Amino acid sequence: MSATQAASDNVLIARIAQGDRLAMQVLYGRHHVRVFRFGFRLVRDEQVAEDLISEVFLDVWRQAGKFEGRSAVSTWLLAITRFKALSALRRRKDLELDDEAANAIEDMSDDPEVAVQKKDTSEALRECLTALSPDHREIVDLVYYHEKSVEEVAEIVGIPENTVKTRLFYARKKLADLLKAAGVERGWP
Amino acid sequence: MMATSKKILEHEPSEIEMLLPWHAAGTLDARDARRVEEALARDPELAKQYAAIQEEYAETIHLNESLGAPSSRAMQKLFAAIDGEPARKPSVSLNIPARIAGFFARLSPRTLAWSASLGALALLLQAGVIGAMLVKSQNASFETASLSTSEPLTRDLRQAVPPRALVRFAPDARVADITTLLDNYQASIVGGAKAGMFRLQFGDRAMGRDEIAGLMRKLQNEKIVSLAVATP
Repeated sequence: MSATQAASDNVLIARIAQGDRLAMQVLYGRHHVRVFRFGFRLVRDEQVAEDLISEVFLDVWRQAGKFEGRSAVSTWLLAITRFKALSALRRRKDLELDDEAANAIEDMSDDPEVAVQKKDTSEALRECLTALSPDHREIVDLVYYHEKSVEEVAEIVGIPENTVKTRLFYARKKLADLLKAAGVERGWP
Repeated sequence: MMATSKKILEHEPSEIEMLLPWHAAGTLDARDARRVEEALARDPELAKQYAAIQEEYAETIHLNESLGAPSSRAMQKLFAAIDGEPARKPSVSLNIPARIAGFFARLSPRTLAWSASLGALALLLQAGVIGAMLVKSQNASFETASLSTSEPLTRDLRQAVPPRALVRFAPDARVADITTLLDNYQASIVGGAKAGMFRLQFGDRAMGRDEIAGLMRKLQNEKIVSLAVATP
């Protein structure tokens, strides 16, 4: 995100704090797709992810006056989205499903036919990215797709900066394991 | 699988290795980006890992983009909820940088241009008045009524000026960070930006040479400051 957009996001938040609906529409138009995708990747349910968006932006409407501008507005939005998504996940209690998904891919290593019929690397990579644990998935998305710095990820996830770095490293190692199990060798690690 | 896991545990990643994903995403500051570039140039294993990261980066974007967009239902639901919220009173506790930014954003370009011109004119007038006073005071230095020595007691106006410095902010410095720094140092921007440098003034009192040197050292250690030089 450019510095200009970040500055104009701050202006929008200032106007929202004054009750400006038009500013809310602009902010929503600018960020709702990324908020939706981040939430969708965490909760894995389109309807729940859509409900999350309205909850997130309603929080923005209510809390805009308290926003201090210490972080980018997009970082603040993702932090709220994460909090809402985790609450929704806790309600659904389907975290176990993620482990099942990961195990399903690991089991593929026992089946030589699957390895022979392996899909192309890109498709396999996308499947394995989907099969990562929620912790690993969110950090990969935040860094690669939402282009957040180490400091910003630390703020969104609520962990120290060093943990951000090591968590992404081990997420990538896990991804390499899943790919290997699916019969894809990339020469690393 | 066990062997791979063991290998993972044995392998402690280096700092540069851990920064590779941010380098691929282009979100490292200039210093770290340079460190990573240098390491990639001399380490083929690292370069191989970086190639794998670039694949992951591209496919993560592809995957997220394929998720589509939410339906208009989400927006309708949001604005229905906003309609149900109590009417908003204008907030007085709004953060100052946002209020300043909001004020300027609301002005039309023409109003802004006129305001800038008037501001410049006021500065010129002020400079003229101060200049005239200085010229006048060269012939008549300040004397106290209670002191009767033949030497007049004079006050050097130059020393009474608060310290100033030319400051270059880091390329990734944000407006909010700069505003915070200005607040912390009780500083104001009095000129700039020429060649990316701003002229800052600190506080409202004169400082000694050592005090100014300490201030510059402290400023130079700020993460968002890449250069700070004291100026007259």
